[in-house]
Amino acid sequence: MGRNITLGQYMPGRSVIHRLDARSKILLLIAYMVFIFMAQNFYALFLMTLASLLVVLATRISLNMYLKSLRVILVVVLITALFNLFYGNGKVLFEWWIFKITEGGLNNAVFVAVRIAALVLISSVLTYTTSPSDLTDALERLLKPLTLFKVKVHELAMMMTIALRFIPVLLEETDKIMNAQKARGADMESGNVFKRVKALIPVLIPLFVSSFRRANDLAMAMECRCYNGGKGRTRMKVLRFTRTDLFGLIVSLVIFAGVILCNMYLPQLVR
Amino acid sequence: MSVIKAEGIKLVYGAGTSFEKTALDDVSFEIEKGEFIGIIGHTGSGKSTLVQLLNGLLKPTAGRIFLNGKDIWQEPKKIREVRFKVGIVFQYPEYQLFEETVYKDIAFGPKNMGLSEEEIDEKVRAAAAFTGVREEWLQKSPFDLSGGEKRRAAIAGVIAMDPDVLILDEPTAGLDPLGRDALLAQIQNYHAVRKNTVLLVSHSMEDIARIADRILVMNHGKKAMLDTAANVFSRGRELEELGLRVPQITKIMMLLKEKGISVNENILTTEQAFNEIINYLGGSSRI
Repeated sequence: MGRNITLGQYMPGRSVIHRLDARSKILLLIAYMVFIFMAQNFYALFLMTLASLLVVLATRISLNMYLKSLRVILVVVLITALFNLFYGNGKVLFEWWIFKITEGGLNNAVFVAVRIAALVLISSVLTYTTSPSDLTDALERLLKPLTLFKVKVHELAMMMTIALRFIPVLLEETDKIMNAQKARGADMESGNVFKRVKALIPVLIPLFVSSFRRANDLAMAMECRCYNGGKGRTRMKVLRFTRTDLFGLIVSLVIFAGVILCNMYLPQLVR
Repeated sequence: MSVIKAEGIKLVYGAGTSFEKTALDDVSFEIEKGEFIGIIGHTGSGKSTLVQLLNGLLKPTAGRIFLNGKDIWQEPKKIREVRFKVGIVFQYPEYQLFEETVYKDIAFGPKNMGLSEEEIDEKVRAAAAFTGVREEWLQKSPFDLSGGEKRRAAIAGVIAMDPDVLILDEPTAGLDPLGRDALLAQIQNYHAVRKNTVLLVSHSMEDIARIADRILVMNHGKKAMLDTAANVFSRGRELEELGLRVPQITKIMMLLKEKGISVNENILTTEQAFNEIINYLGGSSRI
């Protein structure tokens, strides 16, 4: 099939968001998520949603990509909203048989739907604008304190990087082996479940064999270049906090302060 | 009647996405039964795509492919039969071995064809003989063989289906010079004995020049030439523009001619060159 495989969902670009340090992005994402949950009324939630939308626009990635990720969770959003519709207090807006929709229920439903959408949007920003290698790199740095508790952070991050790196390779290999076996008349498209599972053996065995061969080669190549774990290892691409990060931090702090103010001084929601 | 006929075939990968790429564009040709065709072209010229189209692993975006006069996609349900008739040996075929024994692995294709035990046995042994797979290897695990031995076993696995057309994609890649010559000789012998059609994709102009009747030159997904070896290699300049070259010995003869020595430059093998030079020097042309 030889098609291009996009690994993860990274969309290379040069936008402000792309240029943020991966560590800042992870930390800010967590903060945004926390504040999206902290929003207690529509004013606060509106502020967070607006902020998420602005970040989305700042990535300069086609909005279609974001719509795609929203479409994936559409069903979840609808079901959660539907259930929330029937819970809540306040004025009864609609009543039929055992179903009763109250003002609080309606508020809840809209609130939950907007909240999930905002969460998905802002998390897509991270995966769309950060390459997998930057992501694992940043995770490794952020988790570094765990080394105090004898957690092998570097090794874990290296395993993650290698695993991600080899996904396209293995996909391509699977493709090749499948073609080779199909060329010998292997039938993988018909028959019942058992037959199909059995038909995979001619693909899986060579795939396993070659994975081990690759692992062996890679280990050898790494040792030849004197790899011996994370100790004393320097990096080619050093993660650096820059003025962009400071800017992002300040803007975010202003937004977060706004959320707290909205929560405190603006009317609470009927729930 | 031609055994394979391609009529304006075109293949576009990822049509409609941002990764859209035309791998083959309007390629037409006819190959007669019993021909030995060499396919050359630089990396990414569409050779592998073309090969996969010929046995129905890929479906052309446009155009038709005929096998023995019948459109192979006329009945998509029966595409497996096309694959039995057009056998492909992919690059590094040893990575597709999976059975417990070499015998069983070679028998995989014939078994899928639904043949009887006796027929399978006969085909496996014949294929093993053609590719130099020794009797005592047959009961071994394919993973216990050496690289070159595995390659032979894997090629035997395709030959065992007894295809009308055998396609080999770089069968000698990664083999040592002796192993390469031996394997090519076995393929030539197979072609001579079975008298069926063989398509050989290769980067070695020397190999292609020596054994192919006609050569198909691919360039950027298009057919650049399809002609006899002598005619193709007489267009050295054009080949170089396509990122290819002529066999070294042909190049030497061309250079001699440029220097004003009146020898025939349409030379494809060292023996021919030897005779030509001896002739030029006025000696007798016996080796």
